[in-house]
This record gives sequence, structure tokens and C-alpha cells, in this order.
Amino acid sequence: MTKLTELTLAEARDGLVKGDFTSRELTEQYLANMEQGRELNSYIVETADIALDMADKADGMIRGGNATGMTGIPIAVKDLYCTKDVHSCSASHILNGFKPKYESTVTANLWQDGAVMLGKTNMDEFAMGSSNETSYYGPTLNPWRAAKENGEQETKNYVPGGSSGGSVAAVAGGLAIAATGTDTGGSIRQPAAFTGLVGFKPTYGRCSRWGMIAFASSLDQAGPITKTVRDAAIMMESMASYDVKDSTSVERTVPNYEHALTGDVRGLKIGIPKEYRMDGMPEEIETLWQQGIAWMKAAGAEIIDISLPHTKYALPTYYIVAPAEASSNLARYDGVKYGLRVEGDSLDGMYKNTRAEGFGHEVKRRILIGTYVLSAGYYDAYYLKAQKIRTLIAQDFAKAYEKVDVILTPTAPSAAFALGEKSDDPIAMYLNDIFTVPASLSGLPAISVPAGLSKDAMPLGLQIIGRAFDEETVLRAAHALEHAASFTTKPKVWWGEK
Amino acid sequence: MAKYIQGATGEWEVVIGLEIHAQVTSEAKLFSGSSTKFGSEPNTQVSFVCSAMPGMLPVINEECIRQAVRTGLAMGCKINLRSVFDRKNYFYADLPQGYQISQFKDPIVGEGVIEVTLEDGSTKVIGVERLHLEQDAGKSMHDQHPNQTYVDLNRSGVALMEIVSMPDMRSAEEAGAYFRKIRTLVRYAGTCDGNMDQGSMRADVNVSVRRPGAELGIRSETKNVNSIRFMMQVIEFETRRQIDLLEDGGEVLQETRQFDPASGTTSSLRSKEEAHDYRYFPDPDLLPLEFTQEFVDELAKSLPELPDVKKDRLITDFGVTEYNAGVLVAEKDNADYFEELLQDLAQKTGKDKVKLATQAANWVIVDLFGALKKAGKSITDSPVSTAHGAELLALQVDGTISGRIAKDVFEIMLETGNNPEQIVEEKGMKQVSDTGAIEAMIDEILADNQDKV
Amino acid sequence: MSVDKKTVAKIADLARIAVGEDELEPLVGELNNILDWIEQLSEVNTDGVAPMTSVVAVDLPWRTDKVTDGGYRDELLANAPNSEHGFFTVPKVIE
Ligand SMILES: [Mg+2]
Ligand SMILES: [Zn+2]
Repeated sequence: MTKLTELTLAEARDGLVKGDFTSRELTEQYLANMEQGRELNSYIVETADIALDMADKADGMIRGGNATGMTGIPIAVKDLYCTKDVHSCSASHILNGFKPKYESTVTANLWQDGAVMLGKTNMDEFAMGSSNETSYYGPTLNPWRAAKENGEQETKNYVPGGSSGGSVAAVAGGLAIAATGTDTGGSIRQPAAFTGLVGFKPTYGRCSRWGMIAFASSLDQAGPITKTVRDAAIMMESMASYDVKDSTSVERTVPNYEHALTGDVRGLKIGIPKEYRMDGMPEEIETLWQQGIAWMKAAGAEIIDISLPHTKYALPTYYIVAPAEASSNLARYDGVKYGLRVEGDSLDGMYKNTRAEGFGHEVKRRILIGTYVLSAGYYDAYYLKAQKIRTLIAQDFAKAYEKVDVILTPTAPSAAFALGEKSDDPIAMYLNDIFTVPASLSGLPAISVPAGLSKDAMPLGLQIIGRAFDEETVLRAAHALEHAASFTTKPKVWWGEK
Repeated sequence: MAKYIQGATGEWEVVIGLEIHAQVTSEAKLFSGSSTKFGSEPNTQVSFVCSAMPGMLPVINEECIRQAVRTGLAMGCKINLRSVFDRKNYFYADLPQGYQISQFKDPIVGEGVIEVTLEDGSTKVIGVERLHLEQDAGKSMHDQHPNQTYVDLNRSGVALMEIVSMPDMRSAEEAGAYFRKIRTLVRYAGTCDGNMDQGSMRADVNVSVRRPGAELGIRSETKNVNSIRFMMQVIEFETRRQIDLLEDGGEVLQETRQFDPASGTTSSLRSKEEAHDYRYFPDPDLLPLEFTQEFVDELAKSLPELPDVKKDRLITDFGVTEYNAGVLVAEKDNADYFEELLQDLAQKTGKDKVKLATQAANWVIVDLFGALKKAGKSITDSPVSTAHGAELLALQVDGTISGRIAKDVFEIMLETGNNPEQIVEEKGMKQVSDTGAIEAMIDEILADNQDKV
Repeated sequence: MSVDKKTVAKIADLARIAVGEDELEPLVGELNNILDWIEQLSEVNTDGVAPMTSVVAVDLPWRTDKVTDGGYRDELLANAPNSEHGFFTVPKVIE
């Protein structure tokens, strides 16, 4: 019998319902893998007791014939989600020891459906980063390592991408069947691409943000990180809901996403934006993109060249809007109600010491930029200007969707890079999100699908962007792309005792 | 005509603007479901939202929107069908979010004008610039512990209406009249209880002085003044302070000041140099607030007759004097009492209201209000009902008793709560001429009712 | 537009983050790099363009005026670094 941890979420679901194995058995195997894989630093906390307890409840649901798609499925939860009485710190020292007395809506939905929590995963502090190197709990390591000229595996470590780095490393390393991520500018899609996984950011407003520790309120969105597109469809259906506690959540019935996976994309109009062909972009990315286009064409889709003229302005726009919102969202971390407190000679002294010690360098940098662009005399030139350009970027997409159903692009401009390679060059780091940020600024659903390997055998992903609330078409196209690419390579295990 | 203040070097004019914070009457807070009840145990009326726990989000309370619109309508202001909530960013112990959700560029209520009547009977029009909705902060207590400040978040997130006037007032009297008028309007509209000792209404007082006709001077803003008397003291003190300063060749600083009720003086709290940079921007957790004209019209229908209209009606329909009408409409309950009593009186006597109004108004304002004031009672718990009041007046109108006797009967009514006819009957007060006998009788009755006194 | 040490010190003060004298210079460089890079936005013509208010077209939901929350002080204070007699506490503020 194959190791249970090699099953996809869909396969595990079916096996559980058939009674081939129990959630407890499945969960125990994952707990064992987690112990083996601690070197990856993908989990900040492991919640074995809670997991086994939830697994037993799930087995009860299954016996009672009340199983849903997620019942008995052991998943990892990004530390950014508030989980009742469990460490929830967004990988920041400023939330030191914080254990919320409430459960985020998205995780509550998953537990309601019988999912099993294995632990809280590592991430860039407050989701500010693209390599998971800004975490207070240390970097997460990518389970993938490049191949040298001679074909041997590198011994150095690579980043898993970010900010959902711990979540992707856990799934890619076999330490969870799937994981929740959050995506503000690419934090689900880019790390998924770096680790050979599927990462799905739904339309803004599809998932409730209630109980998600805010980074940039107008951009933050929850989504699944999974092994396959089908797994993403199953998990997405459980996570999504209208929530009266979130004024930006949208009242729409959540469809059965799995039904959308018809495998048929004949006549589907797929847009190819010329502006995503960046100079200096590695050859292999361009090649993969062309391959993706060929695959979709072969599957019967109609390929249409489109233009998204303001694409190059998306990233700088994002780096005004997101830090501005963050500078305000993070003002509540003041040493009074929860988390770290460093005393000072006065109230302001306490604030300043607490925030100086509690926030990491990248977070401080973004708070300062955000404070500056909102400050008197600069608001119009920066924040207001950025919000106007954001309108133009959204209009580009709206125009494109008059002609096409989805848009196909690379997910990231490169494969995973070595640990430390970009950590002292912020802008080089920011450029990782160049292809993911436009959809984020426009609130559109987008998915990354593993599509191939770089010349040194690191995974690469392609992105499909859809119309607002048309997750179904996005999934249908992604499913076809996945089928064509048939990406089956797994990382060669180098961690744990060899 | 403008009233100028004589300084050592000539005449000065004081310019006053008010920012009134009025607590919205509602069960729950502006953006959370916790209670607004006054005076509960610390932090017992606080939710995860109003304590700014990570990941918590605001959802607006529809009643607070209605109340703001009702208030805008009562003040005759423009209602904005689209308004925006902004974040006002600053750090303070009682501001858990690190920002206050307020309305900066696009408030829910726009411009209007308020007419006030002054002591000399003259009227003055004062402009209202805007009304916006915002969250109240929590409460910091500095005197509970030698080196700690205690923070209670019960008030945190309670809805406030900030009503901003134009700099149109030229004396403490005008400012007092304006504040009283706003208080009367919110109480008529039922949007704020106007309860100042519970902090339901407080004012930021902006004062500057200038030579008559000159450019506006530099202003000081005295924060959170919580009584009309204090507000007038602030204005007197600031006017004097600024004139003296300028006449001694000094200059007024644009600064925030605080009032000390004990000394009746103000002192500097924060100067312009240390002024905040609030970094306002639209709250990304909330969408713009939009509603239809129909929604506004419905609310307009639900408003009671407003004081200005009521006053004109009392004057034109019943011939009540300008002054009396003004006194009667200041509180809706007073006006209602008067109209009910006048109605009864007209029925009992079969006479026209116009013929009875002046006598009735005088009795209500002089006799009844006087007695209530002495007893420390409000009109709503008056021991004398409108029916009994009307009866008493009717006995005079039909000559059964004299005005002199009526006063005595009224005293007995206050004591016993009995109806006047019964009193007059029992005590045989009809056509009694021997006043000595009556005096004796009253003393006796008062004695019998010592316990009630 | 670019920032100098004085501006960075002012922003850090607004943001209530203690920044040592020695940290200012490097921060000036880092922030100016980012600001220079952001500068390219000035080439975009945004005349008559409405700023983005919400990426999805929805109406602001209204809550009914009912008391549905609160009354769990212990849970509020559970994570507080310091609390006394049911209050949050901060270093004494002299007013
Ligand atoms: Mg004010
Ligand atoms: Zn205010």
C-alpha cells in the first residue's frame, strides 16, 4: 500500500469515505513526517493533540455518513489566521505569545467541515516578503534543491517563496496534505510556483477576512495551497463563504468548484498579455510560457493576444497602497492589549521601544514608507495617485475580458533562488511579484499551476487569471493546463535522518 | 450689530467656532455589537472589535446612520447621499486601533444654518459647516495608581456626531445660545440625550480675536468642554488672554488648550509644532456609505414638529408672546405640557384658545416651572397633571376663585396632588373673603402633610 | 521626492518606532531607493481618473442596532501584558 501521505486530498477523501483508512491513521503519518521534517522549519507550532482529537471527531463524522470534501483531511494553517487558544502571531515578535480567544471565519469553515489542524506554518513577518526570510521564527527551507551541472543535488538551501513559505514547504515536503495561505500581492501563487504546487487566490471578497491578521486590507485574500487543481477546488469550496462580520465580503452562493473541472476548454478564449514579456526575463520562463500556450491551443482553446498597458506600473503602485494600509493596520500593536511590551520612560517611550523591538526590519521599512506616503503634503502625490493608477490597471483587465475568458501568464519571473541571495536588495525581492500583483490590485481570481522545471531542475509555474467571481472558469482552465503539463516530479528528500 | 470689546489700545472683536461632539442615541456601538450603556463595570461593554484584536473588522450600525441623517434634517442641513469613512491615525492609550474611524473629506451631513434668539430678543443666524459620524475613544484614568494609567474601553467605538459650526459667533452669549439650540434640536430629534454631565455632549471651543473688520486672528482650540457655563468661561478667559497678549506686543499661538473648571482658566496642551499629522485615508475595511433620497425623505417624515415651527405656531395661532413661546419650546416636554393644558382649558371653559393662551403660558412658566424648580423636579414628573392645571385655571376664568386664592390652591395641589375643584369644595374656598381664615386653613393642611414636604 | 535624516526621524516618530541615530543614515538610503523606484508613477497621466475605492462592486452592509457582543472582559484581558482591576494599564500619562 502506498504511503498515505503521498495521496492527494481528493484521493484521501475518497479513501476515508470508502473506509480504506481512518483520519487518525492519516493524521498520525503526517505527524510523523512533521517530526522528520522539522529541519525545513515549515511549522512554527505543531498541534499534534488537537490534530488527533479533530481526526477522531472526523472519523465519527465519516462513520455517521456526514463527511464533506474536507472531513478528516490533515492541513497546515498559516500563522496569520487566528485560531482559538493557539499561537497566532503572523510570524512577528510583536504578537509574542498571542493566543486569540476567537477563530477566524475561514478556519472555522474548515473545522466545521471536519478538516484536521496539524499546526501553524511559518511565513514572512505579517506576510511582508517573497522568500519567507523575514519571519521572526527564522527562514523556512524549500524542500526542493537545484541540480548541479553533473546532475547531483545542490547542498545549499533555497527559499520556498513567500509570504506563505511555511505552508508550501509543508505541502511540498509531505508534512501536510494541503495548507491555507493568504495572498496580498502573490503570497500564495509565487511560493506555490517555487515548490511545484497549486496555489489559488480567489476573487477579493470570496473568503472572509475576519480573523485574518491584516496586512493590506484592500488586497488580503485567503486561498488554498494544494498538490492538484482538484484539491484546490475542494478546499476552496470549504474556505469560501459570505460573512456578515466582514463588510468587504460578498454575498454570493459558493458553487461546487469540483464540478467545474470538466477537462473541456474547447473554444475557451485565453488572453496572452504582451506586457508580461519583460526584458531581462530568463529564457526558460519565456519558453515555459510558450509551452503553456501550445498546450492550451492543443486542448482546443483559442489564443488571443491582448494588451494590459499599465502592467509595468502595478508593482510600484502596490508598494504605495500596501505599505500605506499596513502602516495603519499595524498601529494596534502598541504593547497594551496583547503581545510584546517593552517598557519605557513614558507612554510614547513604551510604544517606541515595543515597536522597535517587536517589528523586523522589512516590516519597519514598510511602515515607514506607508507613514510617509500618507503624511501631510505627500498624500496626493503618492497614495491618491496610486489609487488612480489602480483604477487604470483594473480597467485594463475589464477591457481584456471583453475579448477573453481567462489570461495566461508566468507566475514568477524566476525559479526559487538561494537563501540570502536577495535578502539585502528589497527591490530585487519585490520584483518576484511582478506577474502576480496586477491581479491582486484588481481583486481578480488567479491560480498558479506547476508546469515544468528550470534548467537546474527547480519547479516553475504558470498563472491563470480570471474574471471577478468566475473561479470556475479559472479552475477549469487550470485543470486542463495541469493535465497537459502532467507535472509529477517530487523533491528528493534531503532532510531528516538520511 | 457687532459687540466690540474695549482693549487698552482700542476695540477688538472675538470670533468663535464650535465643534460639538454629541453621542448618538443607540443600543449598540457604531461598528460593533457591544452596548453603549453608561456607567457599567470597566471593559464589560467591549468586544474583540472595539478592543482592536488582530483580524477584527468594523460593520456599521444602521441606526447610527439614521440618527445622523435625522440630526442633519433637524438642523436644516444638506444630507450627502454618499459619504466616506476615513481613518484618523494617531497613538493614544484609549485608542486601541491606533486610529479613529471618522469622516474627513466626505461627511454624511453638509452645510446648513441655525437661528438663535439672544437675551435682547434679537436673532442671529449661525452657519453649520458639517456633521460627521465617528468613533468615541475609551477612557484613561490617571489618578487610580501612582505610576500607571488605567484604560477602560467601554466608550471605545460608541457613535459620536461631530457638529462643526462656521466661525460665526461673536460673543459667549451667542455661543451659549447656539449650543443650547443644537441641544434642543438633537433632543427633539431623539438622536442624542443631550446629557452633559454624562459627557453626551461636549464642545471643542475655537476662539480668536481681531481688530473689527480685520483678517481672522490666530485661534486657540480648547478641548472637551462639558458644560455651557464652562464654555462661556472659556470664551471670556481666552478673549481676555489673547487681547492682553496682543496688546503687550505678543502673539497668539495656534494651539490646543484645556480648561480647568477650578480656576476658570485654560492652559496649553499641545502647540502647533507638536501637532499631529493624522494621515487620513479612506478605511479599506469599509466601503463608501450610500443611501437614497427616499431613505432621507422617510426619516424626514418621522421627525416631530421642530422648535422653530412650534414657536411660530404658538405665536401666530394662540398669540403667545415671543418670549414665552421661546421658553416653552426649548424643551419638547414643556411645549407638549402647555398645549395639552391649553386644550383641556379650552374644553372646560368653552372659550377660544387665543383668549386663554397668555394666562395659561404665564401660569406654566411662572407658577409651575417655579414650583418644579424649587422641588428639583422635571415637567415629566410634575405632581400637577395638565388636567388639574387646566381645572385650576378654569376656576379662575369662570370667577369661582380669585388669582390670589388660586395660588393657595396650587400650593395645596403640589402638596396633596388632589384636584383643585375638590380642594376648593372641601375647604369651602368659594367666595371666601376672610383671607385670615384661609391662611390658617393652609397652615393646617401644610402641617398635615409635613411628611410629604 | 526623497527623504533626509530629519524626515526619516519625523516619520519614525509618527509611527512610534524608536530609531537610533546610527540607524537613520542607512534607512535614508533604503527609503530613497524605494521612493526613486516608485517615482516612475509620475509619468502616468491620471487626469480625470477616479481613485479605486473598492475592487468589487458591493454595497456597504448595515448592521441592525442590537447588542450582540461584549461582556467577556476576562477574554479581552487574557493576552494583555499588564492589567489591573479589570483595566488595561499603560505607563502613567501626565496631563
Ligand atoms: Mg475637534
Ligand atoms: Zn471629533
